[in-house]
Amino acid sequence: MSIITKVKQKQIEQLIEKNNRLDGRGPLEYREMKLEQGLIERAEGSARVLLGKTEVIVGTKIETGEPFPDTPNEGVLTVSAELVPFASPSYEPGPPDENSIELARIVDRGIRESKMIDTEKLVIEPGKKVFVVFVDVYVLNYDGNLIDASALAAVAALSNTKMSKYEIEEGEIKIKSGYEQLPLKKHPITVTCAKIGNKLVVDPWLEEEQVMDARISFAIDDDDNICAIQKGGSGYFEPSQVFEAAKIAKEKAKELRKKLNW
Amino acid sequence: MNEKPEKLIDKKGIRLDGRKPDELRPIKMEVGVISNANGSAYIEWGKNKIVAAVYGPREVHPKHLALQDSTVLKCRYHMASFSVQERKSPAPSRREIELSKVIRESLEPAIFMEYYPRTMIDVFIEVLQADGGTRCASITAASLALADSGIPMRDLVVACAAGKIENTVVLDLFDTEDKVGSADVPVAMMPNLNAVTLLQMDGILTHEEFEKAVNMAIDGCKTVYAMQKEALKTKYVTVKSEEESKEEEAEE
Repeated sequence: MSIITKVKQKQIEQLIEKNNRLDGRGPLEYREMKLEQGLIERAEGSARVLLGKTEVIVGTKIETGEPFPDTPNEGVLTVSAELVPFASPSYEPGPPDENSIELARIVDRGIRESKMIDTEKLVIEPGKKVFVVFVDVYVLNYDGNLIDASALAAVAALSNTKMSKYEIEEGEIKIKSGYEQLPLKKHPITVTCAKIGNKLVVDPWLEEEQVMDARISFAIDDDDNICAIQKGGSGYFEPSQVFEAAKIAKEKAKELRKKLNW
Repeated sequence: MNEKPEKLIDKKGIRLDGRKPDELRPIKMEVGVISNANGSAYIEWGKNKIVAAVYGPREVHPKHLALQDSTVLKCRYHMASFSVQERKSPAPSRREIELSKVIRESLEPAIFMEYYPRTMIDVFIEVLQADGGTRCASITAASLALADSGIPMRDLVVACAAGKIENTVVLDLFDTEDKVGSADVPVAMMPNLNAVTLLQMDGILTHEEFEKAVNMAIDGCKTVYAMQKEALKTKYVTVKSEEESKEEEAEE
């Protein structure tokens, strides 16, 4: 934690105690959100999300590959996350560290557990050949709450993903002209709450993340069910706060879903 | 063994391994099993067999990681190559890296980190055999190892999972239930402080089911907590009686 943040810590906590925040938001208010889809023509699908100053871009690619032995009748989903070195003064080039792996796995669980992609429709030859969907998250500017921004961008990129039409001739795939949508069933939305002092706020920005005790993220599907959770940070939640955060997540997900028309 | 069972729970509410919905698997714990380590513990939780050991507080390596006002907790969760059905590559997987992080974050709130500035505490966890719920068993063993090493703690951290199989919320899922069932909710907590230090979930649950699962996991945690304390005491009762018999011999 930087010295400046340490000085501000008390101010941030005192403001939140009075339901105010340093950037003028209410406790349950998201920063301004911008979503753009299809900006990378080479990718099968893409989306860019701005959440305040946090910026994330997600591209999807589709290739053929082998299914996992325990799910021969399902396509494969692979999520990775890259914290691009220019996104924050604290980021460095190198292999993915625990933060980027955790981020990728949270995004992965939201998509996988909500059964967003109809993976059974991605089978070419059961047990041998299936489509592999790569979802790659690139963090371009880090100003807090990468989880919600990345999950949103990933779902938006998948909604925007097109596959070439194909037919199978003598076991070989022949690409035909034209595209069709990647078969999707759900649109999960991830909402993160931070615990600062003894209060919960949604969408923590950078300075709030640096002073928070802990965070908790919920992926909520189209039917208001919870499909993935991750607690993070070196603090704790009381059980009642966990339930409170779950309720906040459900309400915020509903609100975002309406706004996004998902 | 790789066959998917048709039913995970029968009409009477009995699960594949004969347990009731809110029943834990048999658990055994032993403290002080690695003589070189500053603290250690072994846990058998159903078919899970896990060793956790602690080194430190000791010199920070690499040095630039040192903090001026706090110790640095490091945690490595690792599965032995033979711990699962198909051989697991011994290189750390993405899952193990994520688990190492969440386990560390579940233990940190219990430790008085500010007592040992410019030092490092290493927690090593080795899963010798896995049967579902290894992160919970690992946290339970790791916090025993920390206590055994004498590092001051606010409370023991204990963990237990609940989940959902075929529309029933159940406690402590084993491997098959975890893989075939519809949700798994691991919870770690410090029972005396009513503090949840780890919470994850995958699967699909309604809000009511989620609250039920968390409350069930918390009850499970409290049961395991009692066993944990017993395991700690047992070690020191043994040490004490050994010391006493030595003294008696010396007197004779």
